[in-house]
Amino acid sequence: MLADQDRIFTNLYGWESYSLDAAKKRGDWDNTKTLVKKGREWIIDEMKKSGLRGRGGAGFPTGLKWSFMPKEVGERPHYLVINADESEPGTCKDREIMRNDPHKLIEGALLAGFAMQAHHAYIYVRGEFVSEASNLVKAIEEAREAGLLGKNAAKSGWDFDITLHRGAGAYICGEETALLESLEGKKGQPRNKPPFPAMAGLYACPTTINNVETIAVVPEILRRGGDWFSSFGKDEKNTGTKLFCISGHVNNPCVVEEEMGIPMKELIDKHAGGVRGGWDNLKAVIPGGSSCPILPKDVCDTVLMDFDSLREVQSGLGTAGLIVMDQSTDVIYAIARLSHFYMHESCGQCTPCREGTGWLWRVMTRLVKGDAEIDEIDTLLEVTKEIEGHTICAHGDASAWPIQGLMRHFRPEVEARIVAYKKEQAKAA
Amino acid sequence: MKKSDALNAPFQPESFEFTDPKAVKEIIARYPEGRDHSAIMPLLDLAQRQVAVTGPFGDYPTGGGWLPRAALDEVASICGVAPIKVYEVATFYSMYNLEPVGKYLVQLCTTTPCWLCGSADVVNACTNYLDIKLGQTTDDGYFTLMEVECLGACSNAPMIQVNDDYYEDLTAESVVTILKSFQKDVVPPSGPQNGRIGSMSIAGPTTLEEQAKKAGVI
Repeated sequence: MLADQDRIFTNLYGWESYSLDAAKKRGDWDNTKTLVKKGREWIIDEMKKSGLRGRGGAGFPTGLKWSFMPKEVGERPHYLVINADESEPGTCKDREIMRNDPHKLIEGALLAGFAMQAHHAYIYVRGEFVSEASNLVKAIEEAREAGLLGKNAAKSGWDFDITLHRGAGAYICGEETALLESLEGKKGQPRNKPPFPAMAGLYACPTTINNVETIAVVPEILRRGGDWFSSFGKDEKNTGTKLFCISGHVNNPCVVEEEMGIPMKELIDKHAGGVRGGWDNLKAVIPGGSSCPILPKDVCDTVLMDFDSLREVQSGLGTAGLIVMDQSTDVIYAIARLSHFYMHESCGQCTPCREGTGWLWRVMTRLVKGDAEIDEIDTLLEVTKEIEGHTICAHGDASAWPIQGLMRHFRPEVEARIVAYKKEQAKAA
Repeated sequence: MKKSDALNAPFQPESFEFTDPKAVKEIIARYPEGRDHSAIMPLLDLAQRQVAVTGPFGDYPTGGGWLPRAALDEVASICGVAPIKVYEVATFYSMYNLEPVGKYLVQLCTTTPCWLCGSADVVNACTNYLDIKLGQTTDDGYFTLMEVECLGACSNAPMIQVNDDYYEDLTAESVVTILKSFQKDVVPPSGPQNGRIGSMSIAGPTTLEEQAKKAGVI
């Protein structure tokens, strides 16, 4: 288990104030300028050394992403955009950072902004997070008044400021180019790539989009060194500490910071008080937010919580939001409800996703009842394959994966329900 | 009602004006010069909040924030874009109410993590107590019930949002207590309703022992 002195988010539960004074006592903003003075190459090198992979779901190496920004600033300014549109079902970690530890995010933004030669950052917060956005705005204003933002921010010699932009209820704006569209005052519909945001992002300027947690761990990594961060984790590709959100059928749901690669069972038992009714009462876990395929108990028994271990079992770490289901769960409905989510949140731009997500949901609704033919399961899987990879963004893929995961592990249950329904119908007739 | 139909519905007022021009200016100043269109979303939010205070409330004696078509036109004119650009935005995002809603907009999350933890009971408790269905508003204009997708507080499921505030770790009983309080126009304390602190385990902290002691949590 991760030692307390190696945890980054020491005010995760809001025991102390989120204000600047309290944050400084916790070690934030400690001599930030010396980190800046070490130069952008040093910062990017340390980030690469740390092995940090993006915490928003895709797991792209952060240092590498930053290095994609143009080396020289041309006519167009560079922008840092922070994705706080946390909406993936099962995920509730960025919320805790924004409301309880916002100065980690603000200091991280300055350091990241400097490293990519951006003088301005936009933080895109999901619209429903009103109090989270309010705390964050207050923290930004505090930082500005204290000279930590603005001209010569934190006496670093770098001018830097932050604007908070609130969304208005659209999951798709968590997709980075949809987020940029939204920030430009348009419908949140993802852009075709290329051009990638590092070349033409916000207002067609070079832009890097990072998740809240990714940026918030930057100051601690730079203070303690990339090697410190990479000393945690399963291997050199799955490093550091990570916020895990545990929800569903556990005794004590919680958000907790743990080491990357912790066994799922240990994570649930130690921090969430175990599965309701004991580990043997476990049916399945969605390990990384709704789009990651579901895993049955026998996989959960031994699987480690990191990017590559979960990929090996045909799922993913995603946002590290674990949705735990005990034996009493109607797992078909659990996934059907996610199909409804993806239908509701499809932006409508690409036909396979716009039409497909609704179709998936309608078939899933029948499967919940059992009102289907067994070979429709194969048709359903085929349609998920037709959606997957055929859309501008990953929303289509994300709608396909939960169903593929369900059929991979729980097909007998789906078939049994169809058989039972047919029997019942025959009896009634 | 389809969102686009609301734009031509009979409850539309003829005009809309921002009552706080300073706030409008401040919002536009957040974005680089020539990028006024970025202000569309925050201005819509401002307009909706204004309506919650000043009305019009439509048929309801009292009501919450919504966006009349005239407000969309006003935002378009301020941002220098064609009205259709604002209609597109207003109909795309779920938080813009294009028809009058109750004074207390109750958004009930029923996505899988909340469902696993009993959101169906919470929904039933609300619809039974207020005697309306999801998507409807009470006759007195106090409550609108709306089913929504994941609100991002899954470790505190099941939860609802009333206007700006989250009410978490709910039961069929505690959610009715909350509604009763709103009926008296008393805003109950937001956050977890089962006594826990934030997203910490209800059994007490499993990490950060020293900090917990210092804060008096253990």
